[in-house]
Amino acid sequence: MLPCYGDALPLSLFLTFFYQKKTRCIMDRECSQLLPSVCAVLADSRQLVADDTFLEKFLDWFKTLTETESSLLLLQENPCLTELITCVLKLKDPSSSTLSFILRLTGIFAASESCFQYLQQRELLISLFGEVGPLSSALWEEASVRSGWVQGVHSMVQHQSALHFLCSCGAIDVIFTLQGDPSLFVASAANQLLVHVLTFSLQSFQTKPENIKDCDWPICAQKLIVHIEESLKSNSASRIKQSLKLLTSVFGCCHDLWTEVLWSRLSERIVYLLEEEPVHAGHSLVDLFLSMARSPVFSCPECSLWTSVTCALEHLNPAQVGRLAVGVLKLQECPQAVKIQALSVLLQPMDCVLKAASQPLEYPGLLNRSVNDSATVETLLSCRSSCASLLCQTLTHLEELQYLTCLPVDLPHIPLLQSVVTILQFCIGLATPASCLGNKISRILIGCFRVQRSALDILGALSHWESPSVFIGSVFDILLAYLKSPDTSPTVLKKSFQATLKWLVSLSEAPSSKDHWQQTEQFLRDLFLVLQKRLCSPYWEVRDSALEFLTLLVKHLREKEWFRQVLFSSEVPKLTEDLLEDPESYVRASAVTAMGQLSFLTHLISKKPGVENGNVKEKSIVAQLKEILSTDSEGFPRRAVISVFIDWLREGHPDVLKDTEQFVSSVLQAVNSDLDWEVKAGGLELAEVFSAQILGRLGLAACPYAAVLSSATRSTHLSESLQIFCQVKLFEFLFGALCDCDRPVAQKACDILIALKAELCDESSLKEGTSAGLSTEARGIAWLEETLRRWSSCAKPCPRGDADEAGSQDPNGVLLVLRTVDLEGLHRSLNRSSDHIEKSPQSLLQDILATVGTLEENEADCY
Amino acid sequence: MKLYCLSGHPTLPCNVLKFKSTTIMLDCGLDMTSTLNFLPLPLVQSPRLSKLPGWVLKDGNTFLDKELKECSGHVFVDSVPEFCLPETELLDLSTVDVILISNYHCMMALPYITEYTGFTGTVYATEPTVQIGRLLMEELVNFIERVPKAQSASLWKNKEVQRLLPAPLKDAVEVSTWRRCYTMPEVNSALSKIQLVGYSQKIELFGAVQVTPLSSGYALGSSNWIIQSHYEKVSYVSGSSLLTTHPQAMDQASLKNSDVLILTGLTQIPTANPDGMVGEFCSNLAMTVRNGGNVLVPCYPSGVIYDLLECLYQYIDSAGLSNVPFYFISPVANSSLEFSQIFAEWLCHNKQTKVYLPEPPFPHAELIQTNKLKHYPSIHGDFSNDFKQPCVVFTGHPSLRFGDVVHFMELWGKSSLNTVIFTEPDFSYLEALAPYQPLAMKCVYCPIDTRLNFIQVSKLLKEVQPLHVVCPEQYTQPPPTQSHRTDLMIDCQPPAMSYRRAEVLTLPFKRRYEKIEIMPELADSLVPLEIKPGISLATVSAVLHTKDNKHVLQPPPKPAQPPASKKRKRVSDDAPECKPLKPLLSGSIPMDQFVQTLEKHGFSDVKVEDTAKGHIVLLQEAETLIQIEEDSTHIICDNDETLRVKLRDLVLKFLQKF
Repeated sequence: MLPCYGDALPLSLFLTFFYQKKTRCIMDRECSQLLPSVCAVLADSRQLVADDTFLEKFLDWFKTLTETESSLLLLQENPCLTELITCVLKLKDPSSSTLSFILRLTGIFAASESCFQYLQQRELLISLFGEVGPLSSALWEEASVRSGWVQGVHSMVQHQSALHFLCSCGAIDVIFTLQGDPSLFVASAANQLLVHVLTFSLQSFQTKPENIKDCDWPICAQKLIVHIEESLKSNSASRIKQSLKLLTSVFGCCHDLWTEVLWSRLSERIVYLLEEEPVHAGHSLVDLFLSMARSPVFSCPECSLWTSVTCALEHLNPAQVGRLAVGVLKLQECPQAVKIQALSVLLQPMDCVLKAASQPLEYPGLLNRSVNDSATVETLLSCRSSCASLLCQTLTHLEELQYLTCLPVDLPHIPLLQSVVTILQFCIGLATPASCLGNKISRILIGCFRVQRSALDILGALSHWESPSVFIGSVFDILLAYLKSPDTSPTVLKKSFQATLKWLVSLSEAPSSKDHWQQTEQFLRDLFLVLQKRLCSPYWEVRDSALEFLTLLVKHLREKEWFRQVLFSSEVPKLTEDLLEDPESYVRASAVTAMGQLSFLTHLISKKPGVENGNVKEKSIVAQLKEILSTDSEGFPRRAVISVFIDWLREGHPDVLKDTEQFVSSVLQAVNSDLDWEVKAGGLELAEVFSAQILGRLGLAACPYAAVLSSATRSTHLSESLQIFCQVKLFEFLFGALCDCDRPVAQKACDILIALKAELCDESSLKEGTSAGLSTEARGIAWLEETLRRWSSCAKPCPRGDADEAGSQDPNGVLLVLRTVDLEGLHRSLNRSSDHIEKSPQSLLQDILATVGTLEENEADCY
Repeated sequence: MKLYCLSGHPTLPCNVLKFKSTTIMLDCGLDMTSTLNFLPLPLVQSPRLSKLPGWVLKDGNTFLDKELKECSGHVFVDSVPEFCLPETELLDLSTVDVILISNYHCMMALPYITEYTGFTGTVYATEPTVQIGRLLMEELVNFIERVPKAQSASLWKNKEVQRLLPAPLKDAVEVSTWRRCYTMPEVNSALSKIQLVGYSQKIELFGAVQVTPLSSGYALGSSNWIIQSHYEKVSYVSGSSLLTTHPQAMDQASLKNSDVLILTGLTQIPTANPDGMVGEFCSNLAMTVRNGGNVLVPCYPSGVIYDLLECLYQYIDSAGLSNVPFYFISPVANSSLEFSQIFAEWLCHNKQTKVYLPEPPFPHAELIQTNKLKHYPSIHGDFSNDFKQPCVVFTGHPSLRFGDVVHFMELWGKSSLNTVIFTEPDFSYLEALAPYQPLAMKCVYCPIDTRLNFIQVSKLLKEVQPLHVVCPEQYTQPPPTQSHRTDLMIDCQPPAMSYRRAEVLTLPFKRRYEKIEIMPELADSLVPLEIKPGISLATVSAVLHTKDNKHVLQPPPKPAQPPASKKRKRVSDDAPECKPLKPLLSGSIPMDQFVQTLEKHGFSDVKVEDTAKGHIVLLQEAETLIQIEEDSTHIICDNDETLRVKLRDLVLKFLQKF
């Protein structure tokens, strides 16, 4: 349920609004008046602000302010801010949160160069960010203070003066130290700060192309690069990782030419790291290469980066290198040789599995030659701790490749399919190991759900390739084995259903589908037998998955005659209908959706001679669904019914077409009394579809190619439409929903009413209406109030007779109400969030003060 | 220590363990798969079975056509079904001291052993095992005795004739030893020899070993056994389960530190997970009933049926089967359902807590109360009046050779709407169905075997760490039909020792210690001397008294006091003459100090030589040699007793005496 619009919105939403409404973020008079008191509170070490989020909001406000107003002016006009900084600096024992806040606030102001100078003159910056400041105090032990310091510096470094300041006061060395900070937040922020410092110093320096030589680079940048080099040469794995992470971010966010110079200076060292045994920072190196490979600076095929990537593909552990391989394969600009190598890396574990299960020469395998030493892959596969994770990774990467619009290299999809099938066979003990490795893999994989799930995912993805019958047969066999096995876990079963669906849909769409017809038909027969059993499963998850699968299957294949024949020769439709009474509401909901799809087919079948009682059956399904809509105690089945009805109306279900008005009227009546807002929203969607259909049918819809109707015809059609709407009591329903306590319902109702008003109350009708004496003035405001009261009361459940009486609408009255009610104004107010008053900066300042006040009161109470 | 293996069936074991001076039979399983070679015993005249053609040899010889009948290409013996007994020739079974029973399925051969072999010992089993075992035997006897068969076939058992028969009759083992079913008096007599025991109860066997039953988690009252002496421990694990079904959970901790662990009764269907099979069972049942068909579940009257009824209790409403009647037909149906509710102390924790509410531990009580489950002793009588279709019938025997199930197979076999669902794993369902072919009814195989699988065994062995594992040979290799599944065998270090029927194993450990008790008065007289911190020694002179495999050190008889009044001495009262005891010596002689002492006592030319075993001290002048070794000292001097005594005293100074 979404919150009612009378309730408070959650904080996240509040903040979203806060950022969006920049117009509100000005230092108005009220705020200026409140600010000194707030600053005084913050500067008072005795008055702790209990809620840190106030400070965060406060900072956000200043950040927005400095973006729109002059920071210097802000400081000058509000001297209390400078005083606050000075005051906190003078405090003997400030709280860590206040100090951190001040560091960040100062950083925000110092981002403007003029403001920087202003603060520098008062020696505030050196006191905060220099060696004598918090750096040397005991509070530095607090991670929040260190984090505030880093963030403050980060905000400040927006101009050269700040860079000079950093270099001169020794702050750079502090940042280097903070890279290895025990707090991961601080370490990460320090790393990001270094990235910013490096890119900023070089971006602002590099005005001419000749300046790209590193010897000319600013001191700050040079210092940083020397630090990176030293770290890469060190024996400390953590330092190496920090520097690689830093470089990854630099190459990721900056695509200037100087990055190439930086790489040429460091590449040798990085290749050296790759050649070490064992490679320590494999994952970080992969990140670095991926980040660089995406940069246009390195896309040239002659670039030395590719040599390093080749080296990485050869040397890195197979468990680490998969990500690099798949990343490389996704690139547009990359030498073909590297791509081929990357694909080989991904295929190698699959090749090993295939060979472990087949006799030599039985299958050609996936690879002509191995890229890596296959012994490493075999060792990983024969070890319980690494086998499943390596296979899962590889399968996921290979699956990703299947969804690429254009795969840059030839994928040996048939052997790949074989290897996936083999893995699935291993997982349920069907594969016969052909080697010692096969024996080990078999023991590890039997019953391994993780690998089963990944393998089924890629099996489904491989369905889009055209495969020879023999392989389709093996796919069908393994899918049936999984679908049949009582040991298949519900999640694996769901994946099996998904893969099955993909194969059946692909085969039905393939040009060669007739070649596989016999095979597919037999498979379908077996499949429906399994499905029959699954629909009777004692586990509701299984029944639910089976129904979902059936729904999708029917949706995709209902046009195929062969599918319909097999389906209706099975017990599945009958069992599905039985499940409309399942004790589990999720299952009932899925059964409703499935019946919604099946009923299209039963209608087709009933048209044929020989199928008796089709019509009777069909009617009973509609009646059953309506009964569920009005009586089911759970929301899910009712929601499912309404969405089925929407589909039926949209797609012109034969039974709906027989008497659409009656159908819509009865559904709206049932929805009217429903307490579930999603059902109501569904009802509104149904009303929207219906009204669009009626207007369209009478040529009133806004279609650019429709013939323009004469005004007389249009007027007739309008009154016909209006008549129909009144018959189905559409306006009662819409006005009832407009008064609903759930905002999304009211909003949607309002939208529909506005759209209807636009169609029905155009200028001509307005004129006609006025001339006919149909104005509010003529009928009086009391009439309007009474009508609306009567309509909205129809939204509440009431005896049938009363509802009829209350809902007796006259079309002219409807038009008048539509014209009179300020729907647009209502729409605006509904779109406003409930806390639009409380989210102003002024309110924030008042809140800070109020919290402190409360604290004081509480303290007084305590004594 | 030896193990005599009398049964080749891994889940119906019968082994004899000779341990110390005791002979212990471990379980007494009856292999009933032999009955699959016989024609079913119909409750009412079956025209189909009576019209089956006699089997004719290839050469046209018809001498066996009265004994053997042919049905759909299979040959069956037309006679009263017979059972394959445990091996009786491997050792004299009258020497068996005790029989330990682990669960009610493993005692079905008991009357054959106790009534026909001269057995005079005691049988130990828990109360539920005995009670439910009695029900199973009663049912078996009833099933066979109520369909008397005039004909008894024996010609086919002749070795020469058997050779000519088609498989599987041709390959049946030891058909000459196959026996007809026992009678109720024999059952009663056998059961009267049972002594009831409780879990963790310690039972002394002749003072030599102690046996203790432990909960095995497989069935009501099922046990594993610990057989231990003071220094040796043998664990017998048979039919155990780690799943949470109705019985009390398995006690694993007590199996730790075993010298030998005999492992039998693992799951017969290692590839089928019981949970999945229960799901299959329910799905197939619902599908059949929804289509208007009947479901037949051939089963034993106790065990898995309790769990199935519990699952159905939860399932029938959700599957819309509330109006479908469930029938349980067995001569012991009522007793079985009632017994299950009264063995609260033998149930799992959840069911035990229900008893205190108080509620019946099994929900089948409610099914009976609401008339959803009805039970009858047989198809005759009330059942025929109440019978409504479609329905679900639970009845025996799972072999489909006798019992009410035969009737339902004949009745429902012709319709494809009906389904027979096999849940008991003891019989091959295809073989069980063979005499009913051609069969239209659907057959579903959902074997539910909750006993340990190989993954669980591997964890168990890691946990309890026995020194040696002994198991049937079937467990040391993958199943013949799935030879690639190396995960379906016991994998332990050192590799498990395997046995097969009629084999005698010498168990791989030797007894090295025996516990001896010291009488309190003797213990009082001991004066321990601490020779190292924490180690004290005392000399003991006593008489070792051994009786009932217990050894006791008693004080030596005191020297007889000269009688004060009687002058005549009775020779028989004479105590052996006790010589004064020499003190025992211990310690080592520090050579430097010893040499110094010698020199102090005037031996000037002392030379010390090191030898492999110790030292030789040479006193050249006195022409004397002192040979000092770890456990002996020799003084060799030329008949100079004074010198020898002097030197001896010097040596003794360095040694401790006690």
